[in-house]
Amino acid sequence: MHKTILMAAIAATLFNSTLVLAEREEIKVKSEQTNTSYASSTASSAFNPAISLILDGRYARFGNDPAEYELPGFALGPESGLGEKGFSVGHTELILSANVDDKFYGQMTLALAEHEGATEVELEEAFIQTLGLGNGLTIKGGRFFSEMGYLNKQHAHNWDFTDAPLIYRGLFGNQLIDDGLQLSWIAPTNTFLQLGAEILGGSRYPAGGKTNGIGAWTAFADIGGDIGIEHSWQLGLSHWQANHIEGRESGGHHGHGDGAAETPSFSGDSKINAIDFVYKWAPNGNPKNRNFKLQFEYFDRKEDGTVTMLNSGPPVETTRYDGHQKGWYVQTTYKFKPQWQASLRYGQLDSNNTASDAGVFGEAGLDNEGHTPKRISAALDWLPSEFSRVRLQYNRDDSYEKTDNQLFLQYTMSLGSHGAHQF
Amino acid sequence: MSIRLKKSVWLCVLLLSLCSNSVVARINVFACEPEWAALTRTLGGNAVEVYSATTAQQDPHHIQARPSLIARVRRADLLVCTGAELELGWLPLLLRKSGNGNIQPNAQGHFMAADHITLLEKPAVLDRSLGDIHAAGNPHFHFDPYRILQIARALTTRLTKIDPANSDLYQKNGMDFSQKWNQAIQKWEQEFKALQGKRIVVSHNNWVYLEQWLGLKRVATLEPKPGIPPTSAHLSKMLARLKQNPADMILYANYQNDKSARWLSQKTGIPVIGLPFSVSEKESLMQWFERFLNQLLSAGS
Repeated sequence: MHKTILMAAIAATLFNSTLVLAEREEIKVKSEQTNTSYASSTASSAFNPAISLILDGRYARFGNDPAEYELPGFALGPESGLGEKGFSVGHTELILSANVDDKFYGQMTLALAEHEGATEVELEEAFIQTLGLGNGLTIKGGRFFSEMGYLNKQHAHNWDFTDAPLIYRGLFGNQLIDDGLQLSWIAPTNTFLQLGAEILGGSRYPAGGKTNGIGAWTAFADIGGDIGIEHSWQLGLSHWQANHIEGRESGGHHGHGDGAAETPSFSGDSKINAIDFVYKWAPNGNPKNRNFKLQFEYFDRKEDGTVTMLNSGPPVETTRYDGHQKGWYVQTTYKFKPQWQASLRYGQLDSNNTASDAGVFGEAGLDNEGHTPKRISAALDWLPSEFSRVRLQYNRDDSYEKTDNQLFLQYTMSLGSHGAHQF
Repeated sequence: MSIRLKKSVWLCVLLLSLCSNSVVARINVFACEPEWAALTRTLGGNAVEVYSATTAQQDPHHIQARPSLIARVRRADLLVCTGAELELGWLPLLLRKSGNGNIQPNAQGHFMAADHITLLEKPAVLDRSLGDIHAAGNPHFHFDPYRILQIARALTTRLTKIDPANSDLYQKNGMDFSQKWNQAIQKWEQEFKALQGKRIVVSHNNWVYLEQWLGLKRVATLEPKPGIPPTSAHLSKMLARLKQNPADMILYANYQNDKSARWLSQKTGIPVIGLPFSVSEKESLMQWFERFLNQLLSAGS
C-alpha cells in the first residue's frame, strides 16, 4: 500500500508535471480574481513531499587490486572498501522530505547500491525533527547522520571528493549513522553557538553489538560566524562514546586466506574526540561566481577491551587490546568560475595500539606495521548547473605499504526538488 | 544576613533590567533581502531592529545557510522575505535549524512578500532543461513600485498584529509611506517618460517588472537559460543579431559577472550599465529608486 503511494508520488513528480500545472492554473485564476496570491512560498516546493533522486555513476581505475586494500592499525568496518573497479553506479539515492505539520519535519533517504552482484536497499536516514519548538531547541529522532565532526552530517553526494577522508573510513566505515535521539540548542546570541547531545542505539558500526538501552552517545558544540561580508567560519568540538561494545566485527589483515575467514571482533569501551574547523571566502559574499573553502578535521579514538578472532581455533584466539588511533585531513576547494571547481586534500593516520597477544594483534590488522597511512587527492569538478556535476579525481593512496594510483570519473545528478545550500 | 540582602538586591536589579528591557524591547526583524530591510525600517521606525541577511552585492538565489544566519533567525520575531522560491536553497534550512516557533510557515512572524501580490512569468512548463526557473513566477518584483505599495500595506498590517503596542506608530508610518510613494510614482513616471520603448539587452531575466512598469523592450538575454552562464557561441549569435537590430543599452545586476555584458558592449558600442539590484546600506527604497532610474536615464539618452 505504502509502496504504491510512494510510486505514485514519484511518478507524479518526475514525469507528470502537467497534473501539477493544471492545479496551478486554477490557483492562478483564483488569485487573479481576488488579487491576493498563492499559498506560502517558502515551503520547500509545491510538491508535498519534496522528492529528489540522486544519480551517481563512476568509472574507477586502481593500480592495485582493490580487494587487497587495508589500513594498517585500523580494523576496517563494513562499506569501507574502495568500491568497484571499472564502470559502476554508486549510491542511487531517493530522498523524500516535508513538514509533517506545524510541529514536525520528516525526511527519509533510501540508498540503492550494488553489492556483490545484488542490489541492496539501505535505509540511510529516516527521522523526524521538531519545527520551531522555541528557545532555540530542536529534537530529532529516528535514524540520522550524527553531528560528530563536520563532514559526517553531509550526504555523500555533497562531498567535494568521490571518497570519504581516510580517517572517516578508518573510524566509521565512511559515515557515522545511528538510531536514536538528538537534542540541540542554539544560543540567543549574534555569534552562532550550538550545543547538543545524542543518545544512540549503538547497534551499528563503530558501536556494533546489541544493547538494551543506550549503546552510544555523543556531545557536540559548534561556534561560528562571519567576518565582514566575505568571510565565514565555524569551529566544532565533538565527542562520541560507546561503553560495553559487544562483538564489533571488522575486516582483518590479508594474506592468511586459507579456510574460513577469521574475523576480528572487538568487545570493550571506545571513545572518540574530534575537532573540526571550516573557513569559507566568497567575493562580495557571493559564492555562486567564486568561492574558497578550507576544511580541517582531527579525530582521536581510544579503545580498551578484547579482540577475538571469530572462526579461529579451537582454542579461539583472543587478546587484550588497548587502542589509540588518530588521524586528520585538510582540504581546500576553490571554485574559480561559476561552473568550475578544483579541490585538493591530504589526509594522514597514526596509531599506537598494543595487545597482549602479538599474533592476534597482527591478524586483526591492528598492528600498524611501522607504516603511516596517508593519501593525497586532487579533483576537478565541472558544474553545468546547481543540479549536475561531473568530477575527475586522482588519489595517490599510501594507505598500506604498496602505493596505489587511483583515478575516478564520476557524475552526480540531482533530479526533483531543489537541494539545500548547507554551510 | 548580609548575603541574603545582597542576593535580593541582585534579584531586584535583575528583575528591573528585565522589565526595562521589555519596555524598550524592539521587534527583531530578519529580512532576507535589503529592499525588505529598508521597507521594514521605514514602516517600523524605532520600534524595530532590522537585520538584512544579504546585501545588494549578493545573489539571493545562492546564499548558504551560514552559522551567522542561523543565529539571527533563532532570535527573530518577524521574517520579511521575497518568497516565490527565491530563497528556496537556504531559508527552509534556516527555519528548520532555528528552533524558533515565531517565524515558521503559517506563523504570524512569517511574512513572504510574494504572498501579497501576483507574479509575472509563471512558467507553463516546469522542466529543468529550461534552466533554473521559478515555479511560482518571477520573484524580482521589487522593481515594480505598485507592487511595493501593496506589500507595504500588507507589512504594516502584519507589524500591527505582531506588536499591537506600537500599532499607532505602524499605521502612521504606513500612511506616510503610501502617500509619499504615490507622489513619487507620479513624479517618476513623468521624469522618466523618455525611457519608454527603449530597447534593452539583459544579462539575467530579472528586470521583467521594471520593463513592464517603464515600458522597456527586452530584445535579448545574455544567459541562454535562466541561471546558465552564456557560452561564446550564444554570445556571437547575439552579436550578429544586435548588429542587424541594435539595442539602446545592456543591463546587468551589480552582483552578476559583467564579463559577457562588457564584451558585447565593446563589440557593438551599445552602452552597458550595472544597476544596483537592491538598496545599499543606509539607503531608503525611495533613494534607491531615484538612483537606478537616473542611471538608466543617463545611459539611455
